Amino acid sequence: MEQEPEQYTFDFHKETAQILGGASDDLKVKIGDFAGPLDLLLFLIRQERADIFDIPIARITEKYLEYIRLMKRLDISVAADFLVMAATLIEIKSKMLLPRDPDAGQEEEFDDPRQELVDRLLEYEKFKTAAGMLYERSTIEQAVFTRGPIESDDNNAEIDASVFDLLTVFHKIAARHIEEIKIEIHREEISLADMIKSLKRRIFDQSELSLTSFFEEMHSKRELVTAFIAVLEIVRTESIRMVQSVTFGDIILKKV
Amino acid sequence: MDLEVEEKRSRPLNELVALVEALIFVADEPIGTKILAEVLDEEKESVQAAIEELVREYDSRESGLQIREIAGGWQLATRTELHEEVRKFLKTRPSAKLSLASLETLAVIAYKQPVTVPEILEIRGVQSASAIKTLLDKRLIVAKGRKETVGRPMQYGTSKDFLIQFGLKDLSELPSIEDFEDLVT
Repeated sequence: MEQEPEQYTFDFHKETAQILGGASDDLKVKIGDFAGPLDLLLFLIRQERADIFDIPIARITEKYLEYIRLMKRLDISVAADFLVMAATLIEIKSKMLLPRDPDAGQEEEFDDPRQELVDRLLEYEKFKTAAGMLYERSTIEQAVFTRGPIESDDNNAEIDASVFDLLTVFHKIAARHIEEIKIEIHREEISLADMIKSLKRRIFDQSELSLTSFFEEMHSKRELVTAFIAVLEIVRTESIRMVQSVTFGDIILKKV
Repeated sequence: MDLEVEEKRSRPLNELVALVEALIFVADEPIGTKILAEVLDEEKESVQAAIEELVREYDSRESGLQIREIAGGWQLATRTELHEEVRKFLKTRPSAKLSLASLETLAVIAYKQPVTVPEILEIRGVQSASAIKTLLDKRLIVAKGRKETVGRPMQYGTSKDFLIQFGLKDLSELPSIEDFEDLVT
């Protein structure tokens, strides 16, 4: 299964969220994620035991805003869609407060400002229920197992390659190896033999060499150690001697 | 292959049942009656009869396996009741459930397909971009071309994997969306 787990799981049988009211300062909250503003509205309407066809808009708006404020206080980022709904609710609430036109005839249909919202809620709730149905189905479906894939050309192709194919692959791999080695060469390392050779050349060219300045040319501890061994070696094997004119003074390498 | 005059083979039923069983067993995906008939060079009706016989056989001996119709084909699978032991053996746990937002988005797409993102937004009242991405990643939905309207938005529909993962023969097996109306309110 290549399914990556989602951030959270949702149990359809549990309440999405609970706002347990009480004294304002010890408001206990249990919040789940609402799938959206319509989801929250439905929850509030149910919690208030209100009739969806006759929503007490003032009370629900108040609860809705309370919830938004709560989300903000808890530092939950409030999606813009929730704010749009808040604005819609306030608009409906204000429309409800306006007195009806007394001139309008009795038989003329009264346009309920809540109607559009009710329609949307009903439409949304159908899909929310359908989502629940899908949830049930997938749960049942997870109790059914099919066998794992068996060997076939698709998942285990037999070798269908010529000698040339193999050669090409071999060259690719070989090329990769060469590249890898190149990278290793970058480490600056000088061998003892090379060090002895260059030291010898300098002494014979210049006839003498200051040990301090020679050591100072070294870039790393490793090179320094190599240089030191090279000096010991060269004094032992070649006709070169070390001269120190003053105690603790500079040591000079001299050709004999 | 499609010469009408050519006579189809007609094996005895028990032989055909065995062949159908073997093919359903090796198929990686639910295998359709039409493909079975083509491969076996038999009439679709005889294959259909063989499948029905096979299903009956598995049922009558209360097998641990079942031949089930799913996503327009037939599949060999373990029986639901055995899931605890099977899972214990496989050492698997039920895979992560879809989030509420993803499930809702999937429901809208399943019932309204082909459907665009703005249309989903209208029903759900909330942006569904991340849910759509999740569903695409899980291959439960697929893009179904663009809608010839302003902005030519992409349309989405459910995939074959959707049918398989939700145990559906085809989309018509989904209960009608209007049926949910009675449950509402």
